[in-house]
Amino acid sequence: MDLAYGPDEIAFRDEVRAFLKERLPQRLADKVRLNHRLDKADLEEWHAILNARGWLGNHWPVEWGGPGWTPVQHNIFDTETGLAYAPRIIPFGLSMLAPVLIKFGSDEQKRHFLPRILDGTDWWCQGYSEPGAGSDLASLRTSAVRDGDHYVVNGQKTWTTLGQYADWIFCLVRTDPTVKKQEGISFLLIDMTTPGVEVRPIILLDGEHEVNEVFFTDVRVPVGNLVGEENKGWTYAKYLLSYERTGIAGVGASLAAFAWLQHIAATEQKRGRPLAEDPYFAARLAKIEIELENMRTTNARVLMASGGGAAPLAESAMLKIRGTEIRQEITNLARRAIGPFAQPFVSEALDEGFNGEPIGPDYAAGIASDYFNNRKLSIFGGSNEVQREIITKATLGL
Amino acid sequence: MDFHHDDDRRMLADTLGRYLADRYAFDVRTRIATSEAGWSAEQWRAMAELGIVGALFGEAAGGFGGGGFDIAIVFEQLGAALVVEPFLGTLMAGRVLAGAGETDLVEQAIGGGAVFAFAHGEPQGRYELADIRTAATPTAAGWTLSGAKSVVPQLEAASHILVSARTSGEPGEEAGISLFVVEKGAPGLDVRGYPMIDGGRGGELSLDDTPARIVGAEGTAYAVIEAAVAAGIVALAWEAVAIMDVLKAQTIDYLRTRQQFGIPIGKFQALQHRMATVALEIEQARSSAINAAAALDGDRLARERAVSAAKYTIGRIGTLAAEEAIQLHGGIGMTWELPLSHYAKRLTLIGHQLGDEDHHLERFIELGRELGRTG
Repeated sequence: MDLAYGPDEIAFRDEVRAFLKERLPQRLADKVRLNHRLDKADLEEWHAILNARGWLGNHWPVEWGGPGWTPVQHNIFDTETGLAYAPRIIPFGLSMLAPVLIKFGSDEQKRHFLPRILDGTDWWCQGYSEPGAGSDLASLRTSAVRDGDHYVVNGQKTWTTLGQYADWIFCLVRTDPTVKKQEGISFLLIDMTTPGVEVRPIILLDGEHEVNEVFFTDVRVPVGNLVGEENKGWTYAKYLLSYERTGIAGVGASLAAFAWLQHIAATEQKRGRPLAEDPYFAARLAKIEIELENMRTTNARVLMASGGGAAPLAESAMLKIRGTEIRQEITNLARRAIGPFAQPFVSEALDEGFNGEPIGPDYAAGIASDYFNNRKLSIFGGSNEVQREIITKATLGL
Repeated sequence: MDFHHDDDRRMLADTLGRYLADRYAFDVRTRIATSEAGWSAEQWRAMAELGIVGALFGEAAGGFGGGGFDIAIVFEQLGAALVVEPFLGTLMAGRVLAGAGETDLVEQAIGGGAVFAFAHGEPQGRYELADIRTAATPTAAGWTLSGAKSVVPQLEAASHILVSARTSGEPGEEAGISLFVVEKGAPGLDVRGYPMIDGGRGGELSLDDTPARIVGAEGTAYAVIEAAVAAGIVALAWEAVAIMDVLKAQTIDYLRTRQQFGIPIGKFQALQHRMATVALEIEQARSSAINAAAALDGDRLARERAVSAAKYTIGRIGTLAAEEAIQLHGGIGMTWELPLSHYAKRLTLIGHQLGDEDHHLERFIELGRELGRTG
């Protein structure tokens, strides 16, 4: 075994670092570090910068514009962009839909949609969850009934992240209600401007508009927008979910959040001493630092064993559980670290150009809301309980 | 970056694994572990002939390994078979002796002719490496030692005992500690042996003007001891990971087959989630053991942080894995008859060797401050 990077890997890391130093706008990195609001323009700006370098669709095959990275290079890229406080790449088009299209889509779908995902023409959102089908996705009820050259879609999706920005939604819909619940599901691409599509915001506990409900009323979708075969959508959905989880440990972002937490703990005072020197807080910090370092290695092991493709389900479930627990604990400690200044909430302070007087330390404004926002991590993408079921199935074979 | 062992190491693991499966089956192990001697000189010699001791030392000392992952691969196999032979003491003392140029002795050990014990911890010491009170006094012929050493694994088995003692300074100071070799049967040497709860034997050593030969430079052994303990922690971490794998496999098997209320108990979600948590925590423990092995031959601060992180992790997850394995087995998990209970005991007691999780968490924090000061 050799945990050190080889010369090529060091050269690649240096290349990524140099790129981030030169091209990641400080303004965006500050927003990420301080948990300030990123709007659509911010995210599009970062996507465009990565695309210009050929690094946006970095999991894509070379023939479709991917960079052909090794698993180690992917890991380096994720770690370095995280550490630099780069905004996350919004995954819906790039790392959820695109792999499905590339593997199961028609040539026409690939030629039409893939370039538009890369250049930002189309913003995609995900239509999986429904009010009655969250982690139990196979219970979904949104129906698509064939009518000539079209499907007629009726139903409701929910928890649609950043759906308010989206031009298109990829949906799981029920095309055959008479068979077993995992069968009879199809994978459909729907233009959000089609009559009968309605997006309603859901405001989360931190007061932010991040997710939505999407309603479909007699929405007519051309049959050419079906991906793969009718009633085979569950296969594609599972493929997508395993892809979604390869980056789910979020090691780079957690390393950065932890570094910032250490800064806060070194700055905040308790009885005239830095909080980082308080034995109880120091122990909490050390535990999370150790777990994070372990996670970093676990993540690298899984990525390399998977050869850069989709991680096996049980391993990605482990990464999802432990990665999200660690991230949540970091936000928990950050919230505790600022003490009573976790309580004030001035929403405008999270916007760019706010020049009001900060309440407490200037890094305090976004911390408690970030803590609350990140409670989602153990719920979405299949709750951590569902992930434990996946591990159980793989290990117990029951 | 590469997470595969090279071919030589894989072959060594296969060889040792096959030997242990053939010759160190669980009933054999239990007979040895509970015997009056608490180890088997015959097994020791046979394993030495296979090259297992040689794998723990570098070429300069007559071995053919000695790296972090050599230790890892050996102790992983030893852990899976719950071997009680005196490998840990031989590893730690041998590394000190090899570092001091005592290659003759190390070569004897590699050939199976010598067995070492590492007698460092004292009754009051509680894992603090610098809390040494045993006193060394210069004499015309060399040195004599007086003091006491506690809970030394396989002390009675050792032909040579490596003892730390103060040549100057006060208890708690890093400076002034030296290392000595004491031979079995030396005058003033008393060994009180006893069985250990997890098998094999340990012993209390008392020294009363016992003649001893100094090893290495006088007064500067602290760094050498710290490095030897780091190697010992890598060994324990891999032993622990192997035991966790055994516990996991046996528990999964039990959950699949044991029926309650007409169905396998593994169908119950409460048990499934506990098993899934143990499974993912074991992967974190394995990662910490990998990190420690990788850091063993590097610079001191990185090495010590990685071994303390691993020992903390192994302590925390080891207790979890042992307790959950017993709980998920129910009453049968409490029985002497079931091998699992012995694996659980060994895993738990590894937490008491070379520093428990609290000790190493505190140490990890202090090393972090040191890193901040120097870096």
